Amino acid sequence: MLKSRLLLLSAIVPAMLLTAPASAKTLVYCSEGSPENFYPGINTTGTSFDANSQIYSRLVDFERGTTKVIPGLAEKWDISADGTVYTFYLRKGVKWHSNANFKPTRDMNADDIIFAIERQWKESNPYFKVTSANHSYFTDMGMPKLLKTVEKVDDYTVKFTLNSAEAPFLANQAMEYAGIQSKEYADAMLKAGTPEKVDQEPIGSGPFFLVQYQKDAIIRYKAFPQFWGGKASIDDLIFSITPDASVRWAKLQKGECHVMPYPNPADLDAIRKDTNVTVLEQPGLNIGYLAYNTTKKPFDDVRVRKAFNMAMNKQAIIDAVYLSTGVAATNPIPPTMWSYNKTVKDDPYNPEAAKKLLAEAGFPNGLETDLWAMPVQRPYNPNAKRIAELMQADLAKIGVKAEIKSFEWGEYRKRAQAGEHQTAQLGWTGDNGDPDNFLNTLLGCSSAAGNGSNIAKWCHKPFDDLVVKAKSVSEQAQRTALYEQAQVIFKEQAPWFTIAHSVQLKPVRKEVIDFKLSPFGRHTFYGVDIK
Amino acid sequence: MTNNAATSTQNVRRGAPAHPFFEFNAYFRKNTGAVIGLWIIIGLLVVAVTADFIAPYSPILTDSKAFLKPPVWQAGGSWAHLLGTDAIGRDMLSRLIHGTRLSLLIGFTVISISIVVGTTLGLVAGFYRGILEIAIMRLMDIILTLPSLLLAIVIVAILGPGVSNALLAVAIVLLPHYVRIARAAVIAETSKDYVTAAKVSGAGSIRLMIKEILPNCMAPLIVQATLGISTAILDAAALGFLGLGAQPPTPEWGTMLADAREFVLRAWWVVTFPGLMILITVLAFNLLGDGLRDALDPKLKS
Amino acid sequence: MFRFLLTRVSLIVPTFIGITLLVFVLIRLIPGDPIETMAGERGIDAALHEKLRKEYGFDQPVLVQYWYYLLRLLQGDLGKSIVTHKPVIQEFISLFPATIELSLCAILFALCLGLPAGIIAAVRRNSIFDHGVMGVSLTGYSMPIFWWGLLLILLFSVQLGWTPVSGRISVMFFVPEVTGFLLIDTLLSGEKGAFSSAVSHLILPTIVLGTVPLAVIARMTRSAMLEVLGEDYIRTARAKGLSNFRIIAIHALRNALIPIVTVIGLQVGVLFTGAILTETIFSWPGIGKWLIEGIGRRDYPVLQGGTLLIGTIVMTVNLLVDVTYGLINPRIRRPR
Repeated sequence: MLKSRLLLLSAIVPAMLLTAPASAKTLVYCSEGSPENFYPGINTTGTSFDANSQIYSRLVDFERGTTKVIPGLAEKWDISADGTVYTFYLRKGVKWHSNANFKPTRDMNADDIIFAIERQWKESNPYFKVTSANHSYFTDMGMPKLLKTVEKVDDYTVKFTLNSAEAPFLANQAMEYAGIQSKEYADAMLKAGTPEKVDQEPIGSGPFFLVQYQKDAIIRYKAFPQFWGGKASIDDLIFSITPDASVRWAKLQKGECHVMPYPNPADLDAIRKDTNVTVLEQPGLNIGYLAYNTTKKPFDDVRVRKAFNMAMNKQAIIDAVYLSTGVAATNPIPPTMWSYNKTVKDDPYNPEAAKKLLAEAGFPNGLETDLWAMPVQRPYNPNAKRIAELMQADLAKIGVKAEIKSFEWGEYRKRAQAGEHQTAQLGWTGDNGDPDNFLNTLLGCSSAAGNGSNIAKWCHKPFDDLVVKAKSVSEQAQRTALYEQAQVIFKEQAPWFTIAHSVQLKPVRKEVIDFKLSPFGRHTFYGVDIK
Repeated sequence: MTNNAATSTQNVRRGAPAHPFFEFNAYFRKNTGAVIGLWIIIGLLVVAVTADFIAPYSPILTDSKAFLKPPVWQAGGSWAHLLGTDAIGRDMLSRLIHGTRLSLLIGFTVISISIVVGTTLGLVAGFYRGILEIAIMRLMDIILTLPSLLLAIVIVAILGPGVSNALLAVAIVLLPHYVRIARAAVIAETSKDYVTAAKVSGAGSIRLMIKEILPNCMAPLIVQATLGISTAILDAAALGFLGLGAQPPTPEWGTMLADAREFVLRAWWVVTFPGLMILITVLAFNLLGDGLRDALDPKLKS
Repeated sequence: MFRFLLTRVSLIVPTFIGITLLVFVLIRLIPGDPIETMAGERGIDAALHEKLRKEYGFDQPVLVQYWYYLLRLLQGDLGKSIVTHKPVIQEFISLFPATIELSLCAILFALCLGLPAGIIAAVRRNSIFDHGVMGVSLTGYSMPIFWWGLLLILLFSVQLGWTPVSGRISVMFFVPEVTGFLLIDTLLSGEKGAFSSAVSHLILPTIVLGTVPLAVIARMTRSAMLEVLGEDYIRTARAKGLSNFRIIAIHALRNALIPIVTVIGLQVGVLFTGAILTETIFSWPGIGKWLIEGIGRRDYPVLQGGTLLIGTIVMTVNLLVDVTYGLINPRIRRPR
């Protein structure tokens, strides 16, 4: 077994790896950046969640590769008939990691669960402000308003009482932000006067424990032998922090890492040709678009918006910028989502017709507009500026002079939501897989007002009626019909030029066994093995 | 090139005590490197001025049928795009040509700003001395203490990315050199008789600075300016490379390089040519600056 | 003597205060709200936004913020990173060795090639070698190093596969951090191959970062040597029949070294500028990359602290060079 692995490696890997100790099973993941810290409760980026989810366990988990909720630290749970009381029965004998500062004296129990909640919930908790008081996911999920009480029934039973019934509550506890930290460790560090150590030198009860972290260079984990789910198949897990996508690929090619996220679209051809690498792919829950500000001239005229839609060559954008990491978008929701309307036809690319339509709308000599592009790469848009350049060139052909504008990212989003633009690129990644999360959040009247996330500022009564109604009915078939109709109206009214849905691509080396893509775009390595 | 240099030197050789200009000219001609630098700069200037006519395409025209085409001499290249195309089908040659115009413009503008502001501050500091001098010189010390690129980055971060802001940032970073030269010249000159004489005869201080002192520190200023242009071009390109300078689709060389980084593994031409242009241009100005210094600096003439 | 030291040291105090003020004010002027930046597509609720502004002290008047900043500075507190929530000084200290290691290697590389090249060029003045060295060094001096780095990667890492593309060491080695200098730590760890891995990762960044100093040192050495070789005592030495090698190595070089060492000292600022670009290209986990990322993330404290610390270091090194020069060469000690 060991010998064959060595042979395999020597065949494909140059000097680099041969000199390395090859006794333990090591999996190297070329991650895209450094985590913010090791406390998931205040993290917001997938990068940080990836680094943290290896260390911590949660009450419940998502089954790897699906959105199904399965037991975690809680072996089982009861939900009261009215849906407001959740009783979790905790697993016994769950061990904590240890490090130089801390040796645990007890197993995980109800106190730890309550600590994890209260740290994010109650300002009176001494840890509320440690590292940061901004528990953004906890707040975003509506927990402060939802939770009434969290009580310890006995050492291994915890009871959550909610203010109202909330079906996604269970799934929320499976999200990374709900990772459970050791209260004993927290108390010890508080006593020692170094509470922030809890978030920098983490103690969890997850499948891997942290051995070493060097910012911008490496995160080194080891499999935790006493993990409650059984020791991981691999012995060492290494995150080799490599921000540059081309470099990640070079390392994967050389065998310096086994799994990499976010390949550079330009490298994909070469990656697919490499026989040592498999590219796993799955359409993501996202959309990238160009929104027309429908409250501003000339985009209050649907003919202008349609003319723009026909003037821009979507296929060329996909070919040049997304390459094979994206599929052209017709509807505002991704095709993998239920209620996606397949019968909607996209506006054809037709500069001649566009020119004519523009003339009809009263602009025979073209017009001038701005064209906003995000300064940063986003999951749904690999390079907004390059897309803007292509759009600019296409629009010039129908006599439209577009000026590309960009702001610093936070500023960009804020200004776009305030409606300062004429046309602006943006996008969205879904949280829970519900069409309401796209159609209502991004295009409904309620979010068009003020600084809402409807940056087309598009409030169209017939559309809004449909999506509002769909939210209130519970039967999925009925909701589907309503959403399908809404998509037809969306296309007719063209508040957006829908650009693309990006595809989640994960080049993985052949020796990696059973790596599964997460629908949430995360990377979990418990359960993965290596030849 | 050498022919040309040889024939025109003949005119200068005769007559024993040469006019300072001819003397300078003779020294300069002897320096092959400087002459080469000068000719390259002239060539670049011609390209920059005629960019609109000689560039085969518009620098921002995209062609969806020709993404990342290699140069003509490589398999897959064509005569339509001599140096190939970039990631969204723009002609490399045209972008390089227009980039020349932009880079030279950046270089000359930065230097103009630095010289005007720098010498003014230097003259003021040297002439009035006292608290004003201390304030100005301390500020220059601070600018000199911080690594130039770091300071430029911070300035651009404040003003926002873009050609004009990058230009301003580089100009500020280069200021201290000119302030120091001008101040040193003023201090040295004010002790001389002719300035005292002018003062006695009632010349106003501003007139005095401009008419009497400034011309006497021209030589080091010119040398510093020529070398400064190369620094300016280099720093502006570095800012562009870090995404803080000119913004796409502007065909600025540093920005082009930043844009091309992700293609390092599969399209060498989008990476190689812009950098080569930066190198050639900067080298030309440095050659010329070195030559000028040798020719103007009497200490090295012996 | 003491007065000389005192004036030199007292001169840097206003500069230091000036830097703190400059860094502080400049960075407060940066547009874009760091709290908004962190929020992503979802935005942030107004109440929480206000709370966070208070927490970071952004709600105070700028001058008040500066005063508190200075007070904390005097206690060695440079603030906490907005992104990682770690103390800036701690992040700086953990990344600094990487930059120092790279910079030292680059200077060493520049010296090893630059000194001999400059000396030979001076001795063989106007020879082909001299012209070659001068041409190459001027090219090096004109080099856009961010492009130079890409070219070297293209050639040595991609085409030839000789050197790794980025990073400090292969991730397969687990080297416990003792000094932070990997070349030392790998030797201490005793892991086989770790040292050579660290060296192979250092080669390209060293060349890239060392290129400009190399050019400067070669040119400086040549002109310093030329000056010294023209002095009377060298002629005397020649007349005495001393061997050419002795004259150059012992008499000339010793005297030429003073300006050369000064130039090296003054390269510190240039090195930092280069480090920003080199670290960006090679994903080298050091100070330069940290600062560039800080800008992208609107991490004020990191920018402030980092710029201030770098300014202080450059200032201190310049002061040391200045003082040493003054000690070696008493002529400049007299007040001008």
